[in-house]
Amino acid sequence: MLSLSVTGLITDLIKAFMETFLMCGISIFISIVLGLPLGLFIYITREGLFWQNRILHLIGGLLVNIVRSTPFVILLVLLIPVTHMLTGTTIGPLAASVPLSVAAVAFYARLVEGSLVEVDKGVLEAATAMGATNGRIIREVLLVEALPGLLRGLTVTVVSLVGYTAMAGIVGGGGVGDLAIRFGYYRYETNVMIITVVLLIVLVQVIQSLGELIAGETDKR
Amino acid sequence: MIRFENISVKYTLKSKQEVEAVRGVTLEIGEGEIFGIVGTSGAGKSTLLRTINLLQRPTDGRILIGGNDITHLRGESLRQLRLTTGMIFQHFNLIHNKTVFDNIAFAMRSAGKSKSEIERRVPEVLELVGLLDKAKSYPSNLSGGQKQRVGIARSIANDPQILLCDEPTSALDMETTQSILDLLKEINNRLKITTVIISHEMDVIKKICDKVAVMSKGEVVETGDVFRIFAVPEHPFTKQLVNSTLDLELPRKLNENRTKRLFKLVYRGERAEEPVISETVRKFPVDMNILHGKIEYIAEQPIGVLILNLEGAKESVDSAVSYLKTRVAEVEELHA
Repeated sequence: MLSLSVTGLITDLIKAFMETFLMCGISIFISIVLGLPLGLFIYITREGLFWQNRILHLIGGLLVNIVRSTPFVILLVLLIPVTHMLTGTTIGPLAASVPLSVAAVAFYARLVEGSLVEVDKGVLEAATAMGATNGRIIREVLLVEALPGLLRGLTVTVVSLVGYTAMAGIVGGGGVGDLAIRFGYYRYETNVMIITVVLLIVLVQVIQSLGELIAGETDKR
Repeated sequence: MIRFENISVKYTLKSKQEVEAVRGVTLEIGEGEIFGIVGTSGAGKSTLLRTINLLQRPTDGRILIGGNDITHLRGESLRQLRLTTGMIFQHFNLIHNKTVFDNIAFAMRSAGKSKSEIERRVPEVLELVGLLDKAKSYPSNLSGGQKQRVGIARSIANDPQILLCDEPTSALDMETTQSILDLLKEINNRLKITTVIISHEMDVIKKICDKVAVMSKGEVVETGDVFRIFAVPEHPFTKQLVNSTLDLELPRKLNENRTKRLFKLVYRGERAEEPVISETVRKFPVDMNILHGKIEYIAEQPIGVLILNLEGAKESVDSAVSYLKTRVAEVEELHA
């Protein structure tokens, strides 16, 4: 009986982790593909930069703020029609990835903007003075100089996503957090909850350390 | 080579206050010259320098480079102008996350140079600045002087006609300053690049410039050969800048001793090399004692100041002084 419940738990855990990885993986991919350009866009439309444009800068910032100020649980519900349109369903890890991605894109875009602002203006000016095109300055100076910050931001985003996936359980997204709530909270199996929480702590630690390591490796300042 | 015609630059601050950083500057910089722009901070010299490659657009006036009006260049033609204008900065502004090699390669790629050309040229300019062994280092592993050398290598990699130097030595110690100035002078000599250098230090100007413009409150108050500016400054602000170079402080004890007759002699140019002192002593029955003195060489011409004490009969001293007046630029009796 005991051994059965242990193997059962292990199977459940593996499934839950797989679901968490799937949700995080999809939304991280989307946040790099969309959040990075969005953050870059908000940055370069700032005053005194290549594509200085007050209106676009404000619109970009507003968009990000709207998503970021909406509690994730609400976002989850609000986006149900969109989710259904995109994935054809509203339950399961794939469906949960839609609101997760939206939240992650906004979150990461703001962190991207922050890292870009930190880039030494003098270096950008030097590149402009050299006659480099804007595209080259973005690719070879801005993104290169901001890379450590971009990676640190990505790490923070992944860690936050792991937390958000727990809430995705509400729409049947599954994942580790969902497992902890179902067993630990609804079924009073405190042991299971503790195990999953410990595993989550380990997961977050690994992500954070890995992120720091890679970011440190790219930082030559 | 570079001609400013009535250039003004106005800014509007966030407080809606309008500031005129540069006011009606007209200036001509000759081909191959090392031209200095000197002034206190906030005098507008950096703003003026930046109009040459349009990092700063003038609000009024025009800028001609080699006879072409560049004031309104935009887009691709502006980029072409910048490709032929190198620039170095006070804080070097190297790309921190790229190696020395890649920093220079970046400048060359911006100019559309091929990979093989880059691989041939980068070691060449690194050798010129004496950093061939640092090609693979990152800027953070270099000293300030080395970083500026990389900055110089980067700025000349595309064979520019003009080199703009924005306070190139202000972040460096004295010894390093000297070596960077020597390098800039060598590059100017060897490659005949028109060099414009701004600095708040008269010393920098004195060491390498051929001509200088003195700026104060957005205006050029005086322009001329460096030697002329140091030897006979005209504008009060220039005098104030130059004075610190030639002013000699006498010890209080000598200043208070009114029984001795003290004279200040100023030499300018070639005459500083003539044996004026010994001739005077031979010709007149006076004793002479040198209390203080300094000779500087600016643009390879000497400027000197001596403070002398002349002893002897009053008439002899007076005639010795009138003789001295015919031989040196200035003789002035102190607290007479």
